[in-house]
Amino acid sequence: MKVQRGAKERAFIDKVEELSEQSVNACIRCGTCSAGCPFVQDMDELPERIFKRIILGDTEGILRQNTMWICAACYTCSVRCPRDIDIAKIMEAVRQIVLRDNVDMVDVEHVERIKDLPQLAVVGCFRKETG
Amino acid sequence: MGEKEEQEMIEIYVMGKKYEVPKGLTIMTALEYAGYKFTRGCGCRGGFCGACPTVYRKKDDYKLRMDLACQTAVEDGMYLVQLPFVPAVREEYDLEEMDPSANDNILLEYYPAIARCVSCNTCTKSCPQELEVMDFVQAALRGDVQRCAELSFDCIQCGLCSMRCPADIKHYHLAQLARRIYGRYQQHKSDALTKRVEEVEKGAYDEELQKLVEMDEESLKERYEKRDITEG
Amino acid sequence: MDGYLYYPGCTLKTKASDYEESAMAVMEALDAPLVEMDDWYCCGAVQSLAADDIMHQIAPIRTLICAQEQGEREVVTLCDMCYNVLKRANLWMREHPDDLDTMNEFLDEDPDYEGNVEVYHLFEILRERKDDVKKRVKHKLDGLTVAPYYGCMLLRPSEVAIDDTENPSIMEGLLESIGADVLDNPKRTECCGSYHVVNRPDIVERRVEELVSRMGEMGADVIALSCPLCQYNLDSYQRSTGYDIPVLYLTELIALAFGLEAGLHKHRVDPGIMLKERGVLER
Repeated sequence: MKVQRGAKERAFIDKVEELSEQSVNACIRCGTCSAGCPFVQDMDELPERIFKRIILGDTEGILRQNTMWICAACYTCSVRCPRDIDIAKIMEAVRQIVLRDNVDMVDVEHVERIKDLPQLAVVGCFRKETG
Repeated sequence: MGEKEEQEMIEIYVMGKKYEVPKGLTIMTALEYAGYKFTRGCGCRGGFCGACPTVYRKKDDYKLRMDLACQTAVEDGMYLVQLPFVPAVREEYDLEEMDPSANDNILLEYYPAIARCVSCNTCTKSCPQELEVMDFVQAALRGDVQRCAELSFDCIQCGLCSMRCPADIKHYHLAQLARRIYGRYQQHKSDALTKRVEEVEKGAYDEELQKLVEMDEESLKERYEKRDITEG
Repeated sequence: MDGYLYYPGCTLKTKASDYEESAMAVMEALDAPLVEMDDWYCCGAVQSLAADDIMHQIAPIRTLICAQEQGEREVVTLCDMCYNVLKRANLWMREHPDDLDTMNEFLDEDPDYEGNVEVYHLFEILRERKDDVKKRVKHKLDGLTVAPYYGCMLLRPSEVAIDDTENPSIMEGLLESIGADVLDNPKRTECCGSYHVVNRPDIVERRVEELVSRMGEMGADVIALSCPLCQYNLDSYQRSTGYDIPVLYLTELIALAFGLEAGLHKHRVDPGIMLKERGVLER
């Protein structure tokens, strides 16, 4: 992948770093996060690969993946990262960039089995996946 | 002959345009004084129907305020706009299928947006009836239909809460559903009412009613003047 | 106050009312009753991780203000997710006084939050009172193999962990106090899928299959936990595993050991069968 950091890419990286208060350049691509993540099987791309895209400012590439929506903020990656990067916050930053455009990733009005679901689940899901 | 008191005039702004109106009028009558005719956004004029929500700012005050036009006095420097309608579609439901003991998430099911409530209290601040709106939304989320019904009792469905809510909740529709469910399924039934209805159906008052129907106007008037409404 | 100020959270009042019932029975038996707060608000279930997001911190801070105004310095919560949110919001406000100022100014119709309330999970209280718990045991649960399951929210991130993040033992200690046979559960800190149950139940099904199969293989009779969402997930999605392992709140087991029957009536996998089989229910 050719490294292209124009103004648009820089703006995206800056926004991610601003929202997460983390430095994306600290990542050494060791893969510990991906190794511990319980949800990798359902992700289009590994968390560590998403990181690479962020570093390169590949906004469009990232937004095509489902990784940040499969992330459940379980925090396993953040507690294990050898560089002490709070990866969960980086994932949240990418989600927020999408959601703050008044976007919903889940259909609020048509939740199946809402009759049975504990309120915790509905509140948590809407917090993470609606704008 | 007494002196005619000089009517104090104040300035208000309606959709940005300045008008001079007499002090002491309500927002509604002040707009009419200024020449506006209400074809929407006007109802009972008595603070009961919720048709006239108004959004305004006061002079030298940064806060955006909300109230009913028919109940609020104009002030000098008021900056106004009317809301003739609040777009919040009510969910369709059959009250006969809404037993809360069969579904403790009943309110969440019909108004799932309540799970997005962030407890900001903007709804409460917007309510012209000074209801604890955030509290009744929280009660609904918790599954406490009774509390939601009780706290929302005086709601006039003006819609100001829903206009400002960052979570897009339809508070007044939610509350109406809660009150209906409470009344239909949870509230204690009045035995006295049931008994009285039975009496009426059995004809206990037919004779007296018939007498009134057959009475001429003069006797009716006389009877009305002489009525005794104390117990007897 | 006599006892502990208790923050239920919205789920404990309906869907997880058996957890509340059993916890109240246990704490009553320990002479340290849980007293519900006069006023409280839904915490929001998940901590907002964006640095500029003060709005989503309002809900947990409001609850802490309620505790403050009741004159209390400690709040105890049963729900893991509520614990995680309240504790993290509290920490954030202490570490970011500017954000706290902004919030207090915004909440101009409420008293300021002074930052002095402490948040605890019930397990921390029970750990402190482990000796009392042991004394109060009427019927040891020996013969019942229990797999402790922590999930995420009690242990991560490390600044809010109630025990070692990778190798916790708080539940094991409590289970030993009530005489149960404790399983060394390698999956005890792995995520169950959490709120994905709403929109992607297939993810939860896969996670639950992995977790429950392993615990079943290792001989678990029951799984013990404290998060109402984990409880729902593990209880509802076992079908594909071929196992039928009851998923109980730790307090329900403690109540049984105390000779009380509390909770136990909302579970999908009926615990009655297993508990009777192991002779626990009629002791």
